[in-house]
Amino acid sequence: MKRDERVKSASVLAVASRPKNKGVVIIAVALMGLGLGYGLAHLMAGYIAYWGVVEGPFWLTLRVAVPATLIAGVAGIAAGYALAKSHFPGRDLLETVGSLPIILPPTVIGYYLLETLSPGTQFGGFLTRVVGHTLVYNVAGCIVAATIAAFPFCMRASRAAIEGVDSSFEQAARTMGLPDWRVALQVTIPLARRGIAAGLTIGCARALGEYGATLMVGGDINGKTRTLSLAILDSFTTPERNTMLLILVLMAVTAMIGVGLLGRSRS
Amino acid sequence: MTGLIPHSWLNALGIAPWVWNPLSVSFHAAVEATIVVAVAGIALGYLLARTHFPGRGAIETVFSLPMALPPTVVGYYLLTQLGGPGPIRNAEVDLFGHPLTFTFTGIVVAQIVESFPYCLRFSRAAVAAVDPRFEQVARAMGMSRGRIALLVTLPLARRGLVAGVAMAFGRAIGDFGATSIVAGSVPMATTMPLALYNAVFYGTHGQAMVLALVQVGVALAILLGVSRLGKVRAW
Amino acid sequence: MSALEVAVTRKIGDFELDTSFTVDSGISVLFGPSGAGKSLTLSLIAGLIRPDTGTIVINGVVVTDCARREFVSTQERRVGMVFQDGLLLPHRSVLDNVALAVRQAGGRRARRDIARSWLELVGAEELAGRRPGSLSGGQRQRVALARSLAGEPAIVLMDEPLTALDSAVRREMRSLIRGVITSTGIAAVLVTHDLQEAEELADVVIDYADGRVLGQRTVTHPTRLEGPRESAAGSEEE
Repeated sequence: MKRDERVKSASVLAVASRPKNKGVVIIAVALMGLGLGYGLAHLMAGYIAYWGVVEGPFWLTLRVAVPATLIAGVAGIAAGYALAKSHFPGRDLLETVGSLPIILPPTVIGYYLLETLSPGTQFGGFLTRVVGHTLVYNVAGCIVAATIAAFPFCMRASRAAIEGVDSSFEQAARTMGLPDWRVALQVTIPLARRGIAAGLTIGCARALGEYGATLMVGGDINGKTRTLSLAILDSFTTPERNTMLLILVLMAVTAMIGVGLLGRSRS
Repeated sequence: MTGLIPHSWLNALGIAPWVWNPLSVSFHAAVEATIVVAVAGIALGYLLARTHFPGRGAIETVFSLPMALPPTVVGYYLLTQLGGPGPIRNAEVDLFGHPLTFTFTGIVVAQIVESFPYCLRFSRAAVAAVDPRFEQVARAMGMSRGRIALLVTLPLARRGLVAGVAMAFGRAIGDFGATSIVAGSVPMATTMPLALYNAVFYGTHGQAMVLALVQVGVALAILLGVSRLGKVRAW
Repeated sequence: MSALEVAVTRKIGDFELDTSFTVDSGISVLFGPSGAGKSLTLSLIAGLIRPDTGTIVINGVVVTDCARREFVSTQERRVGMVFQDGLLLPHRSVLDNVALAVRQAGGRRARRDIARSWLELVGAEELAGRRPGSLSGGQRQRVALARSLAGEPAIVLMDEPLTALDSAVRREMRSLIRGVITSTGIAAVLVTHDLQEAEELADVVIDYADGRVLGQRTVTHPTRLEGPRESAAGSEEE
């Protein structure tokens, strides 16, 4: 049945898997998700009145999640590449530590973030002076928390994808004289883009939904650090929570569908 | 909330109640949750990997949703479905006599929902990685599908399956968002992550430090164990 | 009545298989280059894949008939399979691996005794308690052979069973296969791309190329003691 099955799925996914189609699919789905989230919330009868309340947390969440995903993505790809390509003792240990945020309770992350970043502490004070402003109880802290939440997924997915790249491509590029960094950027990573994108998507979903650590480091300050996840709890008994839920759910579902689509093509 | 180890021993060892109480809650809830998740997750993972029915991908995506959904969303829906009016609440009252919100069982349910995707994905990947020719030989030998699954496929996949259960356990014992919303701060039934939050919130830094360290230890131990089990990639 | 009659077609992607041959008894070798459709043919015979058109008859029983939509599942067909890498269950002992294949009822002990006798037949009885992981390649293939026969199948299908072994072991195994097939009277279909192996093992060679059967030729072996046609209980091994 193995061959049968492969034939069937090959033909069904063949269209969706073609490189240019895939990019279109991703963009379309992403736009759909954001657009739906924004548009539906706007249009649904009875909810329009609450947009004023929802608007603040909505944009704040984007301000947090987008940079967080970008940073986690770049760092994750870099870490994944290093893990895939170099073999040093303690490599697995490093991956384990980097994967900690997957199962480590968010409050533990929040606690250690507070301990390291608060201006009151040694390291935190130093960092605050270097960066120019505090990293706690404001957006910066939220971004840090969201980045940490997203990072392990980007790292693991990137590592798996890069390990799956046929080394003959890289060898060919080397014989053509390309230096290592160009081989990485122009050959390896593009070939691994599907798995990397899947990691980014799920990392983004985690960044959007981060709760525990954001709560502790950000402080849940209305207007400043109250992301959608937090605002839902504050507005628990009020109608605007439905709008927030809708937006969050649509964003996350988009992420998952993206992961599902991309994950297929890997096998 | 009785533990496997008598409280008197723990006190005698110098471990304070504010440590072993939440640890006991988290641990026992996670054990119960993981038992359910392991059975259902491995079974569904096997089906997804080996049987071919339409909508396979959709099912995997749906059951993986808790991994991507914000914990507050999961917590909110659990709270309203388990606590608010509806068929699920009615079923709970029939089975347990009361709704599950703000109870220990509610914690278990929240942990099940949040940790299920991990076991599912690891299991599916592990079963899919088994060389199908083992099963082909078994079929030629006349073994029924059920026997093949139990005697051939699952044992061959056991490393990945164990890793999936371990990850699920780690995720369950480390859950904060969903469990704290569904169960809140029930006296004598507070989970460890929530206890840490309270310690920070109320300024008891000594307690916070210990609670945090214990949880880091647990998470590290589980992840190290999983990485020793080998290269089974769920994503 | 012949042991096997095959006349099927099957298309996969761009590749098209159209094969038709008959196996009486003894060893029939499907010989040809990689990708010619030999392994696919074995999968079709075993019932792991359905053909597009045609019929397959094993020991007089129609197991596949596309026109009449008849199809017997793999479990019901009595075929033994040997793969290139043995594929013994690593978490079970050698004896248990063979015992799993024994179809007779009668409880665990009885099955194990039967398994033991099959292991004796292939000269691997002292490996009974060992784990597959501790065996050499040649030993694994012996056990795999015993396992494929333990279910008393109508035919044994072997997909490049000796390709991964080194030449000295291969020679031994070739003798073993010939001897066992002759003494048990079970017909065998063996796939190989090694010409020498085909010539030495086969009673009949079926040449494959590009998904088609080019022809069927009988091979005479002056060095052999007797042909397979007379094989019955009690014939000599060399």
